[in-house]
Amino acid sequence: MNQMKNFSKGFLKENPILVLVLGTCPTLATTSSALNGLGMGLATTFVLIGSNVFIALLKNVIPDKVRIPAFIIVIATFVTIVDLVMQAYVPSLYATLGIFIPLIVVNCIVLGRAEAFASKNSTWSSFVDGAGMGLGFTLALGVLGAVREILGSGSIMGYKFIEGDGILVFVLAPGAFIALGYMIAVTYRINKT
Amino acid sequence: MAKMQSSLRNMALSLTLISLGASAALGYVYEFTKGPIEISLLNKKLEAIRQVVPEFDNDPNADMFLLPTGEGDSLEVYPARKGEELVGYAIKSYTEKGFSGHIGLMVGFTPDGSIYNINVLEHRETPGLGTKLVPEGTPEKPEFKDQFRGKNPAEFPLKVKKDGGPVDAITAATISSRAFCDGVQRAYNTFEKGGLK
Repeated sequence: MNQMKNFSKGFLKENPILVLVLGTCPTLATTSSALNGLGMGLATTFVLIGSNVFIALLKNVIPDKVRIPAFIIVIATFVTIVDLVMQAYVPSLYATLGIFIPLIVVNCIVLGRAEAFASKNSTWSSFVDGAGMGLGFTLALGVLGAVREILGSGSIMGYKFIEGDGILVFVLAPGAFIALGYMIAVTYRINKT
Repeated sequence: MAKMQSSLRNMALSLTLISLGASAALGYVYEFTKGPIEISLLNKKLEAIRQVVPEFDNDPNADMFLLPTGEGDSLEVYPARKGEELVGYAIKSYTEKGFSGHIGLMVGFTPDGSIYNINVLEHRETPGLGTKLVPEGTPEKPEFKDQFRGKNPAEFPLKVKKDGGPVDAITAATISSRAFCDGVQRAYNTFEKGGLK
């Protein structure tokens, strides 16, 4: 398999948020600023790579009928590791993302890639797939977070460039839907050409 | 290696082994991060205390004691001393009346009962509205919190203007402002009842 293609499909062609529309709950909830979006994206990327690699390694010793519980155990382990490590070393980011980190367990992308890709492909391909999908997810979250932060708070990466408040709705949930909708439309247009 | 058959023995065996591996990994990471997590929680608390009382040189965390609120629970009180002299108390208070429930506050009093400063520890208020409880203002551009500085709740009733008090509520966030007052009032009541004055 062409690894370059395998890696890059996560960014546009099969972007988990913008094309597959998986894992929208944490996406909408955590992207109130660019930094939060990137943090959530990177945490998910770590879990994706870890679970993809382990599931690809273990795929032959996991009997088919218990594969879902086995996948969930692997994924939950990685999520808990991320949770503890973030709490210990980046407490400020953990304070904003805290409640969404445990929810990575039920993020459809992670289980989706385990089931659709890692359980059928080699370890190396699964690693590349996890990295590509994870970074595509991070990119989508980062851009969505940046758009919402610019429009909603008039700042970027916490640096304020206009006085006063932005368009409040973009910080709230409806703004997340609006911004995500436009991003999906743009991606669709790019993918068609 | 061929794929494992889904026999009962295989299924039980592989799930047990995977769970064992997972719990071993988690145990290791837990031991490894336990220390740093405690330190970061403690630092966060000390940072909050430092913001709400005048400069001190003792360890408020070691001197912490509990005072009953009179409502069936207790608040944590952190005394701040500089040398022998008592410079203030930081009281960890809370309110359940926020727009989205719980708001945690660290309220600092000087020994005469005036509010020195207030820090919002945790909240789930609406971004852009209720979140205006949090920021620290400057003398030129005061924020909501700053109107409490130096006020003594004995002569400054903690009520928003809508309820007949002197507190300027945040525009479009009266409930959050009211809850804030409730939390500060709880800290003050405890302070007064505890005979700290």
